[in-house]
Amino acid sequence: MRKILVAVKRVVDYNTRIRVKSDGSGVMLDGVKMALNPFDEIALEEALRIRERGQAGEVIAVSVGPDDVQPHLRTALAMGADRAILVRTDAVIEPLVAARALLAIVKREAVELALLGKQAIDDDANQTGQMLAALWERPQATFASRVELKDGVAVVTREVDAGLETIEVDLPAVITSDLRLNEPRYIKLPEIMKAKKKPLEVVDLATLGVTPAQHLKVLKTEAPAQRARGVMVKDTGELLAALKKIGVVS
Amino acid sequence: MSKVLVVADHLQGKLNAGTARCVTAAGRLPEAEVHVVVLAAEAADVAGQAAALQGVAKVLTVQRAENAHPLAAVLAPQVAQLAAGYTHVFAPSSTFGKDLLPRVAALLGVSQVSELMAVEGSHRFKRPTYAGNAIVTVELAPGTKVVATVRSASFEAAPRGGPAPTEAVSLEVALPTHTRFVSLSAGKSDRPDLQSAAKVVSGGRALGSAENFQIIYQLADKLGAAVGASRAAVDAGYVPNELQVGQTGKIIAPELYLAIGISGAIQHLTGIKDARTIVAINKDPEAPIFEVADIGLVGDLFKVVPELTQALG
Repeated sequence: MRKILVAVKRVVDYNTRIRVKSDGSGVMLDGVKMALNPFDEIALEEALRIRERGQAGEVIAVSVGPDDVQPHLRTALAMGADRAILVRTDAVIEPLVAARALLAIVKREAVELALLGKQAIDDDANQTGQMLAALWERPQATFASRVELKDGVAVVTREVDAGLETIEVDLPAVITSDLRLNEPRYIKLPEIMKAKKKPLEVVDLATLGVTPAQHLKVLKTEAPAQRARGVMVKDTGELLAALKKIGVVS
Repeated sequence: MSKVLVVADHLQGKLNAGTARCVTAAGRLPEAEVHVVVLAAEAADVAGQAAALQGVAKVLTVQRAENAHPLAAVLAPQVAQLAAGYTHVFAPSSTFGKDLLPRVAALLGVSQVSELMAVEGSHRFKRPTYAGNAIVTVELAPGTKVVATVRSASFEAAPRGGPAPTEAVSLEVALPTHTRFVSLSAGKSDRPDLQSAAKVVSGGRALGSAENFQIIYQLADKLGAAVGASRAAVDAGYVPNELQVGQTGKIIAPELYLAIGISGAIQHLTGIKDARTIVAINKDPEAPIFEVADIGLVGDLFKVVPELTQALG
């Protein structure tokens, strides 16, 4: 039966207001709530629905990162993944390295479909899925808003700048999820209990033969330029006058 | 000296406006020589538009039937092969560039700089992270091939110049057949393009329905503006996905941005930070959109918007 790999990343919770450290060394992460990347939850939900339709036998959640990622893999198990793998490393992981690590697991497990979020909301890189597909020499269907599996192929509708594009890809393939692919389920308490008993394997990055090379050195992190607070107007007449004053309407 | 290959984003014989902005970014590299490559089944029209951009030294065309549609798996090996003669490979940060370039970078064995927003040297750049709430300066080792998507809102479009010479290139590279184009359903519109429009009128969840959204279209038409929307309005089905403005939609930098019934989630503000003038109309005086608006009006949009449309008459 078909195996699906879902890559999940631990990120700062999307509701958190990001603050940049005053010395420019990064953003403040101490005591900040961490969560699964929202796009990855959507990818996982899609994998679970495919399995529930009987089109896959097993869903494996995989993450690359330090030991603290384990509770988030438990969350993925509670959502419904059958088992989880942590590729453990304390190094800074760029998308290319994440893709190499995922490729090693994809090959070891002989998965037929790899589902990823289209981007992580921390580095906003939007690269890992495409890179995995390139290294695997398999098709990619990015920014998916609809996925249909048929005999040996996936028909995927993609959210592109011009509208909606549909492509057909042979399996195995990589699919990355966009926002409107689905709405992830809520986790019920019994599922959290059950997840504690599901297998969570830890593999060191080095044992996969992947070196955590850092190509992009971060020299400085700064807050964006702030926009000055503007003026408030009382009614349509004042609004129109203000627009005329700055010359955007005549 | 920087030799830059810009990959043209185009659709139905028209060059995407992001490409001209990408050319500007490429021109900021030290001693830059900028080439644009057009991969297409019929490249002439697009090549002509690219050749007319100031700062472009040469346009390359790779014309073959397989390039009829922008499939990353098909285009990437071609771009990776061409990259051998260049120090930098750039593409606009459109869905085309975001899909294609990481695949090229992986084939070349290098990391990608996503959403490049400032050039500080041949290998030093600024880019946004955390939905634009933290700007990082990144540096690659000297001699590394730089693969980057360029954040369109951060650069002006290159003006008309040239024309630059055009050269047809044929590549000896096997292309995969595992990825096939089926269809594109594009919203047909004679309104200005959202990505490049000087004025944009956007509506949010407060519009309440697709029917009510018509007042946004009416105001936009009166202003000669493009129409945009918040994620909430797209999720609710009021407008199609391609109108979404924000972190995961389009990032735009118009002269005038009218946010109507949009509360201003961080993810939306990311998409409009570079607008020259932001106008907000919202019934909630506490809405975060007012923190970034140049002109704010607390009021009922169903009253204000028709009044404004009429006054512009």
